[in-house]
Amino acid sequence: MKIKEDSSTKWFRLLAYTVVLAGSILCLLPFLLIISASLTSNEAIIREGYNIIPSDFSFDAYKLIFLIPDDVIRAYGVTIFVTVVGTLLGLLLMTMAGYVLQRKDFKYRNFFSFFIYFTTLFGGGLVPYYMLITNYLNFENSMSALIWPSLMTPFLIILMRSFINSAVPDEVVESAKIDGANDFVIYYRIVMPLAVPGLATVGLFLALHYWNDWFHSALFINDAAKYQLQFYLYNIINTTNFLNSIGAGAGVVLSGPVPSESMKMAMAVVVTGPILFLYPFIQRYFVKGLTIGAVKG
Amino acid sequence: MRKKKGLLHELSKNRILFLMLLPTLLYFLINNYFPMIGIYYAFVQFDFHSSNLFQMDFVGLKNFEFLWKSGKLLELTLNTIGYNIAFIVLVNFLSISVAVLLSEIKGKWFKKITQSVLFLPYFVSFVILSVIVFNLFNYDQGVLNTVLERLGAEPVDLYSKPTAWIFLIIIFFLWKNFGYSMVIYLATITGISDEYYEAAKIDGANIFQRAWYITVPMLKNTFVILLLFALGGILKGQFDLFYQMVGNNGLLFSTTDILDTYVYRSLRVTFDMGMATAAGVYQSIFGFVLIMVVNTIIKKINKEYALF
Repeated sequence: MKIKEDSSTKWFRLLAYTVVLAGSILCLLPFLLIISASLTSNEAIIREGYNIIPSDFSFDAYKLIFLIPDDVIRAYGVTIFVTVVGTLLGLLLMTMAGYVLQRKDFKYRNFFSFFIYFTTLFGGGLVPYYMLITNYLNFENSMSALIWPSLMTPFLIILMRSFINSAVPDEVVESAKIDGANDFVIYYRIVMPLAVPGLATVGLFLALHYWNDWFHSALFINDAAKYQLQFYLYNIINTTNFLNSIGAGAGVVLSGPVPSESMKMAMAVVVTGPILFLYPFIQRYFVKGLTIGAVKG
Repeated sequence: MRKKKGLLHELSKNRILFLMLLPTLLYFLINNYFPMIGIYYAFVQFDFHSSNLFQMDFVGLKNFEFLWKSGKLLELTLNTIGYNIAFIVLVNFLSISVAVLLSEIKGKWFKKITQSVLFLPYFVSFVILSVIVFNLFNYDQGVLNTVLERLGAEPVDLYSKPTAWIFLIIIFFLWKNFGYSMVIYLATITGISDEYYEAAKIDGANIFQRAWYITVPMLKNTFVILLLFALGGILKGQFDLFYQMVGNNGLLFSTTDILDTYVYRSLRVTFDMGMATAAGVYQSIFGFVLIMVVNTIIKKINKEYALF
């Protein structure tokens, strides 16, 4: 039997579709603006400003970028290197930690969990941290300064602990112990294969963080050849704005290739492209991570 | 004879487990606990030529005195807390509302796609956010002024209007972050048993009543957890958001400067180490005290919700 929908249900659905659709458009619109601007000729932007639909369609901005691609490729290289190394190393350490911290027969697991959690409550602040990286670890201007600070977070370790706890039954570990396997063998022979969905989720959280990081380049890197992609983009935007303001103020005519308005936008597309492209495939892992993280604290 | 089960015994029994945990413990020891000693920087006269903290001149509370006298402290604290309260209230209101609406949508594909789209801004970097803001509001070519001119109105220079940025910062915070909590609320709603809704239907409750009297109260637990996490960090700002939107534009500081941006600028732009360390220590300690107070109160009300 099909129950006929009453009028209040119809109104509710109408409201739901309207709000959700409007919200989705608001979320997408800024991306469309950037893409459209990157496909508009620079003259049209100067003349008419940014538009939602390109008024004068042109690929020039992209051609300009790929005419001298060295810098972009180098920045891409830095980001890819940092993301891959950081994610793999972080995952190795966090899976081991998560596994140990959920073992019921590990007596001090609560103490050590709190030792890690406490760092979210209290810290030394930015200046002592800056001193640690530059003066004590001597990471300034090296890839280590980009990899080290984001390697592990308490949130991801706790997430990993919950994942392993729910994916690996205690009995499996116990019977392996009785068979004489040591704890490390249990970890990589039994726990790792069972925890693959958890690995994917935590790994993607970590990789996204590395990919979008600009802050550690800003703090610790002075050598432009070692800028992460995001900071490279940030720098281009700020340099053009600065040059424009000087040029306008002093009537200076700039010679040489100054990044144009459309080129800035094209650069933004080139930088975000991989994320937008991968997003449909990876987003469910994030949803899963948030669900488990929120339910189990 | 009964064996003494102390640390040493545990160490030898579970030595492999200990070894596996050791790198992580060392990491947090070096990365997070070691810099706590550096709080002492706030009590010395910073010397750029010396690398040894304990050889610098001890000046007591002088750095804090400067910070207090500069009159910035109250403004920074109020800005930081004010924004955070606005963020917490609005993000929860918005994400609960949209999650409830989205959960009642029947079209499977429509639901999937819109949920993905609403979550999308969380994935782009804050640098892209600054590109978007520039694209929309820059005086000469921004979309806002293009539209205004077409309508025959005067263009506005938002970069010299501090009040406008209160709203802009809040709007862009919501744009970037509301999808994150919406996904969490949506997961909670999916977990609510159908029996409640069937029973309510039989009792004659319409869909608005079912949403209001069943779904919303069921979100209380999730809401409280998210709220407490947020309250714990109420003195920590969204540094990325503020710095990428405002940058070093001094015209806007009166309404947009928070503790994090101030500390960062003191360290990297104005090189005022005394101020930077003092403000940083103030933020750490005041924030910690706030968390402890909140946690104690929660423990008294309902032990299960306590953060630790």
